[in-house]
Amino acid sequence: MAAGTHYLPGLTPTNEAPVQKSDDAAGYYVLGDKLVDPKTPTGPIAERWTTRKFENRLVNPANRRKLDIIIVGTGLAGGAAAATLGEAGYNVKSFCYQDSPRRAHSIAAQGGINASKNYKSDGDSDYRLFYDTVKGGDYRSRESNVYRLAEVSTNIIDQCVAQGVPFAREYGGLLDNRSFGGVQVSRTFYARGQTGQQLLLGAYQAMERQVAAGTVEQFTRHEMLDVIIVDGRARGIVARNMVTGEIETHLADAVVLATGGYGNVFYLSTNAMGSNVMAAWRAHRKGAYMANPCYTQIHPTCIPVTGAHQSKLTLMSESLRNDGRIWVPKKAEDCTKDPRDIPEEDRDYFLERIYPAFGNLVPRDIASRAAKYMCDEGRGVGPEVEETQPDGTVKKFRRGVYLDLGAAIERLGKDKIEEKYDNLLDMYERITGENPYEVPMRIYPAVHYVMGGLWVDYELQTSITGLFCAGEANFSDHGANRLGASALMQGLADGYFVLPNTITDYLADGPFEKIDESHPAVVEALEGVQSRVEKLMSINGERSVESIHKELGQIMWEYCGMDRREEGLKTAIGLIRELKKEFWTNVKVLGSADSLNQDLEKANRVADFIELGELMCIDALNRRESCGGHFRGESQTEEGEALRHDDEFAYVAAWEFGGEDGAPILHKEDLIYTAIEMKQRSYK
Amino acid sequence: MKLTLKIWRQANASDKGALKTYELDGVSQDMSFLEMLDLLNEQLLHNDEEPVAFDSDCREGICGMCSLMINGEAHGPEVTTTCQLHMRSFKDGDTITIEPWRAASFPIVKDLIVDRSAFDRIIQNGGYISANTGSAPEANSVPAPRDKAMRAFNTATCIGCGACVAACPNGSASLFLGAKITHLGELPQGQPERYSRVQSMIGQHDAEGFGGCTNIGECAAACPKEIPLDVISQLNKDLRKSMILG
Repeated sequence: MAAGTHYLPGLTPTNEAPVQKSDDAAGYYVLGDKLVDPKTPTGPIAERWTTRKFENRLVNPANRRKLDIIIVGTGLAGGAAAATLGEAGYNVKSFCYQDSPRRAHSIAAQGGINASKNYKSDGDSDYRLFYDTVKGGDYRSRESNVYRLAEVSTNIIDQCVAQGVPFAREYGGLLDNRSFGGVQVSRTFYARGQTGQQLLLGAYQAMERQVAAGTVEQFTRHEMLDVIIVDGRARGIVARNMVTGEIETHLADAVVLATGGYGNVFYLSTNAMGSNVMAAWRAHRKGAYMANPCYTQIHPTCIPVTGAHQSKLTLMSESLRNDGRIWVPKKAEDCTKDPRDIPEEDRDYFLERIYPAFGNLVPRDIASRAAKYMCDEGRGVGPEVEETQPDGTVKKFRRGVYLDLGAAIERLGKDKIEEKYDNLLDMYERITGENPYEVPMRIYPAVHYVMGGLWVDYELQTSITGLFCAGEANFSDHGANRLGASALMQGLADGYFVLPNTITDYLADGPFEKIDESHPAVVEALEGVQSRVEKLMSINGERSVESIHKELGQIMWEYCGMDRREEGLKTAIGLIRELKKEFWTNVKVLGSADSLNQDLEKANRVADFIELGELMCIDALNRRESCGGHFRGESQTEEGEALRHDDEFAYVAAWEFGGEDGAPILHKEDLIYTAIEMKQRSYK
Repeated sequence: MKLTLKIWRQANASDKGALKTYELDGVSQDMSFLEMLDLLNEQLLHNDEEPVAFDSDCREGICGMCSLMINGEAHGPEVTTTCQLHMRSFKDGDTITIEPWRAASFPIVKDLIVDRSAFDRIIQNGGYISANTGSAPEANSVPAPRDKAMRAFNTATCIGCGACVAACPNGSASLFLGAKITHLGELPQGQPERYSRVQSMIGQHDAEGFGGCTNIGECAAACPKEIPLDVISQLNKDLRKSMILG
């Protein structure tokens, strides 16, 4: 029996276990043991979750109030988990770095949330949602997890409606759906372009209700700086009170990280300014494996960078590609002209030209890469932005392509377009100062979401006992690419329905031995954090945290962005190692550590982004194949499309921290499918 | 362009605080207001002066974390959040005064940062529908009339930024309160708790020290999400009915 197939009695695997032949990252890592048991239940796929829920031990209601759970992060996953576990009667302590749980970045999600309700009677089912999600993830996710996600998706909609989430409705008062992300059914529930906001407020209100009930205690403006491990179990966290600067320890029977994604390793992304990897990275350094860190989703339709001052990027919903035609001038000398003066025959509708079948609706990664290549060629439009080249020289590029609504306005009328995209086009005008009804919009790809994250087993437990991870922070459900409207589904699935049903089995062994703040492991974690903060405050160098973060972002975007290659990744690793030295010898943080200090907050975060960046490059270097959001230039078809190598890489790369100066250790978890067959995609 | 900035600096909650003047050059029209402050902070750091503390997170107008009174207006001269305000709304040579939200119920934490936890406590006192996870009926089993669902949505778009309070001469949070009362009160799922909700939320509002509403309308004018003033009428209507119902 192949490794990883222990849960398949009576089932036939559709693929062989992979055997890696290439070894691009030789010298940068150490090969560890295979991961053979992600605790997946046995049996046919549609029965696995039910089986597991039955097999799991429960906690008697009277015992729940004796159990403490720490949940870090208050987005869809963390907020939903805090509310649900509070309702169940556990003592929950909830932490967020914002001034209110309601501000977590889930709030910015626009499009919608998928669920296999089949309200349109268009042939949807749990299996179809499962199938679309595994295929969309380019066959790099764990099938049992994805099926479970599809299975609980319908419960999410029921729950949210009961909470008063104002989804769009039909005239008869029933819920409306739209189609999204290139699937053939309409299964996306939405609240205009603010679905994330409405779902988050639902979870937030449910959580606040538990605060009033006394089951949830909330700690706002608190940032987790380490996890406390006692006798091999996660038993608490070290957090900094961002107002007083006090470094506090909080103890519990279990710890849940729901701390979101790390897209800000690229400096510019659609993430919030504060989104960071610190909680996950601190856990990684204490033994939690980081899985597939290189899997990054780059969204094709964002508002382009206007200059060096740019602090973040804003997404324009992908739905615009339904009506907009994407083009650049055929001639580089036309790039500075008013686009309205460029005649039809001098425009290159490059997506329609290269991909005649799908045209402007090719998947996100293909659209993104094509835009990049056009701009690399010197046919980009919009303001010129300076970019530092590997040899240190600075070159100027225009990083934008046109998304032209002109033809759609002519065909459907301005009113129709206004009705469809009103908010969006207003936001565009506010940011760019250009009227998209008159001048073609400019767009460019931007980092949007990360599929990688902390490795978790089927129970959402990391490789540290008692430390769980939910939402975007874990790696589990999207494989190498996430479908539109699936992030909200996964966050809420984890928070409302999965974690509350799996953590019980762990807590059934509790309450664990009482520990207090004088326990040596607690003192050690606290002192570790204190000395790191003191170190950051005492370097007193020349460079702002911001400038180092920007430099990291440029390295990552250039070499570990849309087109990754062996040589570039190796260059990046070298540059990042130098940048790490620069940071720890030359960063400048003013003010004091014992008061509100935003530069200190950023310094802590950027220090971890630098280490994560190196691991992402090593992961990308090792994976000499293209899959989903990870495109290796060396692995493409003759037509320039992503080419997977299932025989070598159908595995999850779970990285163990290798020590301060040691190489990371790679543990492979083979992906064996029984309910679906792997296929190569084509969009020509 | 070149600007003169007068910025409120206050080391902590107990410090007295004062406006401090800074000159800033090299500001581009394409910068957002907060990117302009980022530029100032980079300059301050270079001069060994502690950067100005201000709140922001999503920088796309939805999380509600950013604030700022800009020349006396909450979120500045446009109907949007401070993070979506761009420098093309200003011109070379302008003097811009930047202060934190001014309201007794939002104590200053540092510089331009205030404590808005009173909003969380208002929500804790009834700003929800009680529906434990797992207890929900099938989503389409309770239809909601489309116009009511639309009004619920329009009022649910409140981002909890506090501009309404900052703009109100009375420091009232009635618009925030009215938005939530209307959102939940328009939906069939919100009916069972409708009248207990309004009483307990108003009770907390008053206990937090927010002022009363005297129909001035500054709140709706300042609201970046354009929550309409009539949610306050809804609030009063529901309150009256709740008192009759006892």
